[in-house]
Amino acid sequence: MKPLSVIVTTVSDVFAWFMIVFGVYVILNGHSTPGGGFQGGAIVATFLSFMLVAHGGKRFLAWVNGGMYGLLEFVGLMAFFLFGCLGFPNSFFHNSIAVAQGARPLSEWLPYCGTISLMNAAVGFEVVGALSLVVLYMYSSIRMVDTGAGMGGERGHDRFDR
Amino acid sequence: MNLSDHLPAFLVMIPLLGAFLTPFAGSFNRGTRNAFFVTFSGLTLLTAIALCLSTLNGDVLVYVMGGESFALTLPSGMTYPVRILFEIDAFGSLPILCIAIASFAGALFSLDYMDRFSGWKRFLALYFLMTAGALGMCATGDMFNFFVFVEISSIASFGLVAFWRDKPEAVEASFKYMLISQIAAMLLLLAIGTLYGRYDAVNMAALSAMAGSGTLERVAMGLIIAVLAFKCGSFPMHTWMPDTYAEAPSGVTCLLVTVSQASFYGLVRVCYSIFPGLAAGGVVAWMLIALGVMSMFFGVLMAVVQHEIKRLMGYHSISQVGYMLLAMGVGLLALGSPEAVETYGRAAIRGGIFHSVNYSFYKALLFLCAGSLYYATGTRDLDKMGGLARSMPWTAGMFVVAAAAISGLPPFNGFVSKWMIYESSFAVHPILPAVAMITSVLTLASFVKVFQAAFLGPAKAKFVAVREVPYGMLAGMAVLTVMTLLLSLFPGWFTSGFFESAVNALVNHQSYVRAVMGGM
Repeated sequence: MKPLSVIVTTVSDVFAWFMIVFGVYVILNGHSTPGGGFQGGAIVATFLSFMLVAHGGKRFLAWVNGGMYGLLEFVGLMAFFLFGCLGFPNSFFHNSIAVAQGARPLSEWLPYCGTISLMNAAVGFEVVGALSLVVLYMYSSIRMVDTGAGMGGERGHDRFDR
Repeated sequence: MNLSDHLPAFLVMIPLLGAFLTPFAGSFNRGTRNAFFVTFSGLTLLTAIALCLSTLNGDVLVYVMGGESFALTLPSGMTYPVRILFEIDAFGSLPILCIAIASFAGALFSLDYMDRFSGWKRFLALYFLMTAGALGMCATGDMFNFFVFVEISSIASFGLVAFWRDKPEAVEASFKYMLISQIAAMLLLLAIGTLYGRYDAVNMAALSAMAGSGTLERVAMGLIIAVLAFKCGSFPMHTWMPDTYAEAPSGVTCLLVTVSQASFYGLVRVCYSIFPGLAAGGVVAWMLIALGVMSMFFGVLMAVVQHEIKRLMGYHSISQVGYMLLAMGVGLLALGSPEAVETYGRAAIRGGIFHSVNYSFYKALLFLCAGSLYYATGTRDLDKMGGLARSMPWTAGMFVVAAAAISGLPPFNGFVSKWMIYESSFAVHPILPAVAMITSVLTLASFVKVFQAAFLGPAKAKFVAVREVPYGMLAGMAVLTVMTLLLSLFPGWFTSGFFESAVNALVNHQSYVRAVMGGM
């Protein structure tokens, strides 16, 4: 995939950051407005698509660290699981830290809507990581088909059928 | 906190946690990775056993996700539940147990079978996700949640079928499965959306309590039945099954067999518990019988001519699903009249459930045996094998047990369940057991061919170096062999202890509704 014109790369360099800001906004307000972790995460993940299309595959691969997105995904998934476990002993996913109307919160740092917004953030992390990796792997597989690089020769236990 | 109250949640949480933790497991050494795989599969199995035991006396376990209390199905005077619900009765706990056992056996088998391949991180994550999806399908009491779990298990299976991505056949099989499966999934979503639009509810018990018998309900039910019949591999929607089963790694095929049983569970749940008024005694029952007979007969006819061992077994899967559909169709036909239920309906349902459990074990075992042959010889072509019983005596012995069971030879478990199906379907029409018996004879002929081609005859020069497969693979097969032998030796005990409760749960669908909706 080749880089596009200077106009496109310049506009993309500016505009792509707004997508991250907008995505984070959608994630953080998911409990009270339309949107949430998945929708916001998908918006943030468009950042990589912008970079790939505007700057081309070579620069894209030089910038992207797959391990970091894997870590985002892992942290998001584990956080989601742990926030779900906060509901015990009532039930899995029970919103045990939500603050009732007029009551004092356990801590100033905890959101009033409880685990809902925390889980939105966890899903956001997960989706940003996963969708960015999807873009990365889809592009890598195009290269793999074109060049043959990365094919491991793992054809199961075939020995005599080759 | 009483742990036993939260068993339904643990059932899905444990494999999901296993899947989420795989980035860690991928960086472990071989021993720790294997311990991780077996530990999480074992914990899932223990949870499934505990769940199954707690539903034997007819109790329906209900678990409300996110509720003030796990048992609070209708908070604040609501007329129907809005939260995600798990609902497990004696019928639902059986496929759960089968899936957990097959998952454990497949995990043991895969330790050595997949040892020399890369991509363990992905393999483990997808394996646990597929297990979680299949278990969730049988545990959920919510139609939309059912769709979500169908998708989780399907998407995980697409990846696992194409695991050997350098093999064009595997990628093709996965793509074919994905294409057909996604069309089916959209139809399922359309049907669930139709019901939601009509009743403002997706809870199965609530739908059962409210469902009428209008055209809209008939269309939705027809779509759901068609989709789930496709997912369990019924003729004429079977085309994905031989390819998928043949190309997936054998530990995965072992689990895929039980995933298809989860779809069968969904089909039966829809017919018996959600729309019993629409489905009983009429067109739907005859449709299931027709699908069953065609699947049985055409499945085995296609299997007989195969020369590739896993493909042959894939076609036999279609045939075996036919027996279950026939039995459940006969049971559904009888459900229209209380007298018919007592005369032959209960026997048919009992036979169908028994056969489904049997199939999960012996078919999974057969696929593991086929995997062992592939591992040892490097080929799946029966014409190239021969004389392997001397070098692989344990595999040969376990294959004989599974082959005798699937062929319905006495005293194996396949004989008992098939006999129940013959007896009960005879009450509907003599042609039904006749077709079933011919199918059974052809199944026997087919497996005699496999045994003779692979294990008997003179030893071939190119297989001189072949030895018995490693202990891990033998252990995986042994788990399923022990289950097959237990079901063969104590069919009466299993019938009175397990299957009778499951039959009661299906025949008296009101208990399923009452567990969620209270005294309605």
